[in-house]
Amino acid sequence: MYSDKFKQSLERVEKARDNNIALEPERMTAKQKEDLLAAFHPDYRQDQFDTLKIGPNKGDKVPFELSDILQAHSRISADSVDLEKPDYETDVLIIGGGGAGASAAIEANEAGADVMIVTKLRIGDANTMMAEGGIQAADKPNDSPAIHFVDAFGGGHFAAKRELLSKLVCDAPEAIKWLSDLGVEFDKDADGTMITTHGGGTSRKRMHAAKDYSGAEIMRTLRDEVLNRNIPVVDFTAAIELILDENGNAAGAVLMNMETRELLVAKAKTVIIATGGAGRMHYQGFPTSNHYGATADGLVLGYRAGAKLLYAETLQYHPTGVAYPEQIFGALVTEKVRSLGAKLINVNGEVFMHPLETRDVAAASIIRECSERNLGVDTGDGQGVWLDTPMIEKIGGEGTIMKRIPAMWRMFDKYGIDIRKEPILVYPTLHYQNGGLDIDANCMTTNVENLFVAGEAVGGIHGKNRLMGNSLLDIIVFGRSAGINAAAKAKDVTVGKLSLAHIEKFEKELADAGITTETVSPKLLPNYTKQKGI
Amino acid sequence: MENTVNIFLFGKKYEVPENLTIMTAMEYAGYQLVRGCGCRNGFCGACATIYRIKGDRELHACLACQTKVEDNMYIATLPFFPLVKQVYDIEKIPATETVMMQLYPEIYACIGCNACTKSCTQGLNVMQYIAYAQRGDFEKCAEESFDCVMCGVCSSRCPAGISHPQVAMLARRINGKYLAPGCTHLEDRVREIKNGDFNELIEALMQKPLDEMKELYNNREIEK
Repeated sequence: MYSDKFKQSLERVEKARDNNIALEPERMTAKQKEDLLAAFHPDYRQDQFDTLKIGPNKGDKVPFELSDILQAHSRISADSVDLEKPDYETDVLIIGGGGAGASAAIEANEAGADVMIVTKLRIGDANTMMAEGGIQAADKPNDSPAIHFVDAFGGGHFAAKRELLSKLVCDAPEAIKWLSDLGVEFDKDADGTMITTHGGGTSRKRMHAAKDYSGAEIMRTLRDEVLNRNIPVVDFTAAIELILDENGNAAGAVLMNMETRELLVAKAKTVIIATGGAGRMHYQGFPTSNHYGATADGLVLGYRAGAKLLYAETLQYHPTGVAYPEQIFGALVTEKVRSLGAKLINVNGEVFMHPLETRDVAAASIIRECSERNLGVDTGDGQGVWLDTPMIEKIGGEGTIMKRIPAMWRMFDKYGIDIRKEPILVYPTLHYQNGGLDIDANCMTTNVENLFVAGEAVGGIHGKNRLMGNSLLDIIVFGRSAGINAAAKAKDVTVGKLSLAHIEKFEKELADAGITTETVSPKLLPNYTKQKGI
Repeated sequence: MENTVNIFLFGKKYEVPENLTIMTAMEYAGYQLVRGCGCRNGFCGACATIYRIKGDRELHACLACQTKVEDNMYIATLPFFPLVKQVYDIEKIPATETVMMQLYPEIYACIGCNACTKSCTQGLNVMQYIAYAQRGDFEKCAEESFDCVMCGVCSSRCPAGISHPQVAMLARRINGKYLAPGCTHLEDRVREIKNGDFNELIEALMQKPLDEMKELYNNREIEK
């Protein structure tokens, strides 16, 4: 139930609903999209970016919040630990226990390697768990990997590394099959045909889902498989610095117990960074749909050890974060709500855009509606636009919402809003790190040997914007690939003398560039405490 | 000044704004959370919490990130619960009720008290899905348990020592792998890709100049 202040606008939305359902809004032209993004997308706000002064990406622009942690001090110095006495020794060290890390672990284990996962919270505490809408794969007869390629390449502003993107789309059906064989329950018709829908920017219906718990269903299955294989998972333990060997190759990590602060040394033949995203950095002050631990740790670890970033200046603002009620402000409202037919409506009850433009365009369009056009809805804490969820029941029939998006129903029901009968208020929320560490098609970083990356910490798979459903896909495709390749590489690696000399080298670069900062990184967790202790 | 309520975190009183969730109220009080905080969106089950309103007999269970504070709320978090997860090989287990008898025989000791269902933070009919598991009806068990976030509150209340979320996990994997209908178009496509049927098309896209790619993208046909 909404309070009276929303009444007038709500009535307009309800009155216009039938007409709005029938309406087929035009899609924007390439030029219209370009102009809209330049004027309203947060990535284009030049005053929000800093130029990196040191490191492999010196001269590149990144958000202020990111430059602050990239150009920061290590949490330790080289003499904080004894590298001669590792606490763990393994072939493949995986940093991060999300979908990419778990996939990598399963494949490395399958390949016969000794593998271990370290994760700063629990295995499965990751953005993967929160992905709602689905996973793309071109497996229908009217579709092909080539069509998938074109959709993703265009949606990412023609900036994706083509060798990574082709791997993503060509390995997609196999990824779905792999998950299905592990027991992931995809939505299917009685004859086994996958129930697939559109996502923003797709030209074929290739979004596979497990209701609106797609990521959760994938993550809990992968976690179960990791545990079945007895792969060691060291939880509540963060990697806080990479260890290189005397040849400059990745050879392990310094770990920190998140509860006791004990430092530990893990020695490995190959290392996989699968640390995920950065929503909890709250770039430009945006709320986020991300997991509590999404603080760009992998980018910091990699950068300090000399690995290059790609497109770190591009972030994805999901167009539909919760704008009201405030208790779930910024939480994700899955794009699947629009895939199922709900349209975006302004304060006057008018459809102001096609609901399935790409995410960057949709976000910019909502920001324009709420700023320049002044047609947003005042929520008391800010602005929002309506997402008219009752349309779904009218289009798909009564019961569609409970069958296809039960998590969305449950999230709002807790605050007395029945999305089957009432629309919801949304505004863009920080959702995804498009950029990340630069890798080759084998998932190894382009300039640190034996350092592999998978998942959201990678840059270049999607270009400068990502389509819905291509992230769950990339964590599986590149997670598996990183596991296979890191295991294979480990067979030929002889680790040299371990070293943390890069910490001092980086400190010197900071000093030489005249950077004075109190910041230590990686950040590991955001601090939301209101009462600051001494 | 916003309205405030009194809450009791592990018995200690704090005055917090009434519009906060239990999780944000803990942070407001000064807790820097490590345990008991995960996705903050109701999907991961990290923040299982037990509470009682002063003067009320009934114990409530919830996710701290999804529940508003109330006046005189006595709160204890349950960031970890020792669930039993049996290890098995998904490729080798039988998709019949014998697997439950082997791996989770304690489900047959259910006394029907329904405490699991009453405590479920997701409002699921937990006892019912355990009943389905007992019978080897994995499809129904999977469906009934699908929204489970594995927070473990049900198991904390169970006099028979059942690890309900793990039972349901097993049922869902069996259902997904062995009982759900196979997918022909997926098998076909995987085979076609292995066969190299799309190599030429993809190779052409790898080489195509940028302006031709833009042309292709901007004029592509979009399925209705």
